[in-house]
Amino acid sequence: METWDTKPSFVRSDLPLIDCDIHNRVPSLGTLYPYLPDFWVEYCSTSGFGGPEMGDYPGGAPTSALPDTKPEDGPPGSDLELLREQTLDFWEADYGILNCAYWVQTVHNEYLAAALATAANDWQVEHWLDQEPRLRASLVVSSQNPLTAAQEIERMGDHPGFVQVLLPVRSLMPYGKRHYDPIFEAAARHNLVVGIHYGGAAGIPPSPSGWFSTYLEEYAGAGQIFQAQVISLVTEGTFDRFPDLRVALIEGGFTWLASVMWRIDKEWRGLRHITPWIKRLPSEYMREHLRFTLQPMDAPPDPKQFLRMIGQLDSDDMLMFSTDYPHWQFDSPEEALPMGLPESLMKKILAENAREFYQL
Amino acid sequence: MKSTREKVPVIDTDIHNNLPSPESLHPYLSERWRKHQAMIGGRGHAGSNYPRGMPHAARHDAWPPSGLSPGADLAFMQEQLLDAWDFEYGVLNPLMGGSGLNLEYVAAIARAINDWQVEEWTTPEPRLKASIVVPYEDGELAAEEIHRRGEDPNFVQALLIARTDEPLGRRKYWKMYEAATQYDLPIGIHFGGTGAGPITGAGAPSYYIEDHGGMPQAFQTQVISLVCEGVFERFPTLKFVLIEGGFAWFPPLMWRLDQSWKKLKEEVPDLKKLPSEYMKEHFWLSSQPVEEPPKREYFDLLLEQLNARERLMFATDYPHWDFDAPDRAFPTSLAPDVKRRIMADNARELYKL
Amino acid sequence: MAKHVVATVDEIPPGERKIVELEGRSLGVFNIDGEFYAVRNICPHQGAPLCEGRLTGLLESDVPGEYKYTRKGEILRCVWHGWEFDIKTGQSWWNPAQKRVRKYPVEVEDGATVASGLQKGPYTAETYPVSVDQQYVVIDMPE
Ligand code: FES
Repeated sequence: METWDTKPSFVRSDLPLIDCDIHNRVPSLGTLYPYLPDFWVEYCSTSGFGGPEMGDYPGGAPTSALPDTKPEDGPPGSDLELLREQTLDFWEADYGILNCAYWVQTVHNEYLAAALATAANDWQVEHWLDQEPRLRASLVVSSQNPLTAAQEIERMGDHPGFVQVLLPVRSLMPYGKRHYDPIFEAAARHNLVVGIHYGGAAGIPPSPSGWFSTYLEEYAGAGQIFQAQVISLVTEGTFDRFPDLRVALIEGGFTWLASVMWRIDKEWRGLRHITPWIKRLPSEYMREHLRFTLQPMDAPPDPKQFLRMIGQLDSDDMLMFSTDYPHWQFDSPEEALPMGLPESLMKKILAENAREFYQL
Repeated sequence: MKSTREKVPVIDTDIHNNLPSPESLHPYLSERWRKHQAMIGGRGHAGSNYPRGMPHAARHDAWPPSGLSPGADLAFMQEQLLDAWDFEYGVLNPLMGGSGLNLEYVAAIARAINDWQVEEWTTPEPRLKASIVVPYEDGELAAEEIHRRGEDPNFVQALLIARTDEPLGRRKYWKMYEAATQYDLPIGIHFGGTGAGPITGAGAPSYYIEDHGGMPQAFQTQVISLVCEGVFERFPTLKFVLIEGGFAWFPPLMWRLDQSWKKLKEEVPDLKKLPSEYMKEHFWLSSQPVEEPPKREYFDLLLEQLNARERLMFATDYPHWDFDAPDRAFPTSLAPDVKRRIMADNARELYKL
Repeated sequence: MAKHVVATVDEIPPGERKIVELEGRSLGVFNIDGEFYAVRNICPHQGAPLCEGRLTGLLESDVPGEYKYTRKGEILRCVWHGWEFDIKTGQSWWNPAQKRVRKYPVEVEDGATVASGLQKGPYTAETYPVSVDQQYVVIDMPE
């Protein structure tokens, strides 16, 4: 961590920077009590309910928190002062987008989940957005019931601080299913990006072949759940139903994307008749509607190959800078960006792509 | 394209032979299991009904004039595939019998299919080599079948299907790996299956294109699991062949696993080296369905990243609709030595043909 | 151009096809509602015998879940990977500008014209004893 005293070379006054993945964390269930109706406060405090399942970042795993990111009283990411200093100030960011991965989706009681989402969003406004103008936030929604999720989007969607609706990548059904349309409809209507983020606990295995033994497998294996979501959104017609919809894939890697483009394009040439609403190559939908945050970067060992690999996406617009704070993805700040990027692409990744996508 | 047309030997590592009818197994089943077959038949994890584009997922021209189903008529397969393309060898991967809820029945069917393969396929047609169908959801039963056929030259590998009940690194499968290493038999993991849950980690999608096009997810799962559970530390000579999973996802998975492992390696102290090193050492890949990037240079880079010269093996997937033709499968022109290795040498070495 | 008689009109009723060899090339001749079309029997993708494929229609959809099915029998689906081709133009559905199958002009001529010796080529004479009462499917092969 000593290296973190030195700023990376790409933090320059002439280079705008937007961090698209910063995690603000609800410190405890009790934090939300002031934002919950009395009934739910009583229920939460007398039922033994401990809050949503939060197994995505085991407390002691090095990936879960960079050293020195834990405030005195609370988990990493729960203190505005520290977060401001370690993210916005350190990287000299124009904007930072908060992704509050408070997975109310893991609470099967739908109405409790909806109440928690509402409370979490009000808490975000008061403790984060109202305090720091460089921050933007993502709506927590009870997406297991798209109708209640849409109501929450309706309630908060026009608040200028919210730029995104956050969904966990692990869902009971892939997001392209029409079941989820109310969420996408509301998001598109309020001009919000839908962010699909690593994590969640939908009650089904995290792979087509059951449950992994280790956290390492689950974390690395999340890439294939993102792939399932991408394929579903494109082939099941979500972007045909909502042509203005923008979807960000957050903390899922992106080096696998080219392989999905090639494979699904090939499939579609022969199976077009099964999903005839897809009128262009699926990869074109992906380039148009999807953006990916940079971390974790999953880079090949040779930086030159990495640049060629980025080239294979056939788009300079798809990647958006992120630190994934407070999670630990890179060892020195210089590693937060691929080496040897041409200046124009660097600008796009650092800020322009996000500025356009999130309309900042 | 021209330079890829020059004639080289071809070994097809993925051909599907099919039963003319369920009764075709009668000579190979005991009275008990014949009865069971007639009364109940195979039962699996229901709930993966993805209507396909074509019956039997077959090439439209692969229906034999005999009226049998695609892949069920040896003479027609010889004519349409082995002779037409002049194959040196072909590896049979029957997609039946390896999984089901009643494991004793599955084991009986697996045995029967293997006996049927010797009798009706590899004996009459020595260019064909078979895969040992094993009841893979039970490591011990699977090991038994491997022991029964492990030294039989009609067989070149044991066969599993990609969507398993649990990730393949888990202990319940190890007995099977132990047996395979005893005979130095590679284990093939083939496209397909329904698994015990939805076909993706995000739940059950709607369309066949997602089922078929999403299959690399199951392969990634298996590679991650086999590597991270330390299977290759326990069975250092074990080899896997990933069949019909595509291969463009393989290099990115190496990078992703390495990256995750660097931070989390204390969780898996059994691993002695980078995950990608295990991947490079223990996995082979069949080529079909070849990904088709929009530019040739992308494909060339992919071949380089994959070490395709050593690890890629040509396959047609006959008689299925996503068949790759030997002369037109690759959207690039392969260097002559690379081409020889991919089209036949790699398979000849791995399968000791 | 060399003209070849490839069939009598009766031989290929509407909705049917005939695969023929002409000057070493395999072609599929299709009758769509009384009009004849011919395309090369090699798929531009991986070289499958395209013309043995299933005939289908043009399936379109403006909204997911709504299916518009027209031009039944005018689209050819490749025997292998299922690429769709418009028999009338030879164009593939997914990339009409670049991926197309070679198309050949077809005419229907009556026996008298055919018998008057307009057609050339060895194939013609041997295979089709021409009768003036019949109509013939004739393909123009570019030199
Ligand atoms: S060969 Fe015709 S679609 Fe592939």
